[in-house]
Amino acid sequence: MSDYSPTILQGQQTNDDEILAKTPLDAKALGGDSSVVIMELLQRFKVRDVMKRQVLSIPRKATLREAQRILRENHISGLPVSEDGRLYGIISVNDIINGLDHGWMDDTVDMHMASSLVVLEAGMPISFALRYFNNYTYGRFPVLDSNRQLVGIISQRDVMRALLYELSVEIRKLERKTADKVAQPAPPSETHFFRREWAVVHNDLTGAGRAANEIKQLLREKKVDRSVARRIAVAAYELEINICIHSHGGVLVMVISDNAVTITAKDRGPGIPDIEWACRDGTSTANDWIRSLGFGAGMGLSNSKRVADFFEIESEVGKFTKVTCAFNLKKLEAPAGGTAS
Amino acid sequence: MTAAEIAEKVGGTVAVAADGAQATSVYVGDLLSDVMGHAGEDCVLVTIQNHLNTIAVCTLVGCTVLVICHSRPIPPDMAEGAAREGVAVVVTPLSQYAVALALKELPPSTH
Ligand SMILES: Nc1ncnc2c1ncn2[C@@H]1O[C@H](COP(=O)(O)OP(=O)(O)O)[C@@H](O)[C@H]1O
Ligand SMILES: [Mg+2]
Repeated sequence: MSDYSPTILQGQQTNDDEILAKTPLDAKALGGDSSVVIMELLQRFKVRDVMKRQVLSIPRKATLREAQRILRENHISGLPVSEDGRLYGIISVNDIINGLDHGWMDDTVDMHMASSLVVLEAGMPISFALRYFNNYTYGRFPVLDSNRQLVGIISQRDVMRALLYELSVEIRKLERKTADKVAQPAPPSETHFFRREWAVVHNDLTGAGRAANEIKQLLREKKVDRSVARRIAVAAYELEINICIHSHGGVLVMVISDNAVTITAKDRGPGIPDIEWACRDGTSTANDWIRSLGFGAGMGLSNSKRVADFFEIESEVGKFTKVTCAFNLKKLEAPAGGTAS
Repeated sequence: MTAAEIAEKVGGTVAVAADGAQATSVYVGDLLSDVMGHAGEDCVLVTIQNHLNTIAVCTLVGCTVLVICHSRPIPPDMAEGAAREGVAVVVTPLSQYAVALALKELPPSTH
């Protein structure tokens, strides 16, 4: 009987020191709010930071019996079937149980492996991985790099371990910060204005559209004209998505005054090098997996500009982007003495 | 047209029902910004985007019925979001163009 020893892909195991050494959170991002800290963590960590890099694997022509031995000896429940970094399938404990049941243990693994696979990309944020674990019943996902090469495997346990570790560090930081904080006077209330602010987190597509939806609801409550409310919601959505997919995170602010609604989106960079290019219809720097979800059509800024009565972008590369859209609530009065046409 | 009627015309099934969801026009699109910019209220949105963000877009522009093509599966968070927001979801094996043909008695959506 031939004896396959499991292939170990190159690369090192991510260790806890590496995780700890990650850049600390931007103090502004904390805003004293622990849920923001958690959201930031979910976005900042990428699948590659958390996955296991030492992936055991088995070639297609190995037998179920050999797969069983590797699974048992390594205390794992699933084994990628791969050759030269190319992933062909996954053989799991369940397949082995079936094999034992039906007397298939001397069959080759490619006859019984799961071959239509859901995979993650190494560059995806951890929030994506969590969403996948939620939406599929699989306990682990193979991880491919941008060249579709198998580079790791990620289980719910890997994600939890890394997050718990990092969270405890962040919580200690927050506690220290709160202790240092001197009570600050409340800002003077702006009686004529209604103002609300939403934190928008980088790559949190699960929450994307939440601020725009709340804005639409608030406008409905405030009895803002339906068609104006819709224009405002369109701009709010596009700017919220832009902070989410293109920036390191930021805020969306709505101010309602007597005669106008202003939506401002401000983020912490990376900024827009060529604003004129970015505002053109159809130009986008969104990556493939963002595009595969229907974002990145390159129409967000032009959509916002079209629906707004006033539109402005300011940006400094490496620092910030600030987009302001304002909407008139009342028709402008005809100038006194003007002739009706 | 109700979601059930739409499901029948496109040979699909109602994956998420919504009380009283009625559609009076159709928009076809897979790019969410395109849908945001052009789809109108009370329309059917025909798309392949089987994820939660599509529901956010439907809620914002006022699409009442979503038709997901090529039998793409509806993930649980999407189904929950649709139920919460009152957006009906129909899943069909047909392509976008075939769905458009099947719904040709409804006018194009504009706003
Ligand atoms: N907040 C932002 N920070 C950095 N770059 C941005 C931001 N918003 C937009 N951009 C840039 O402008 C381009 C065009 O934006 P947009 O018209 O919304 O299209 P899309 O978001 O579909 O790419 C983006 O691809 C990106 O390069
Ligand atoms: Mg955009």
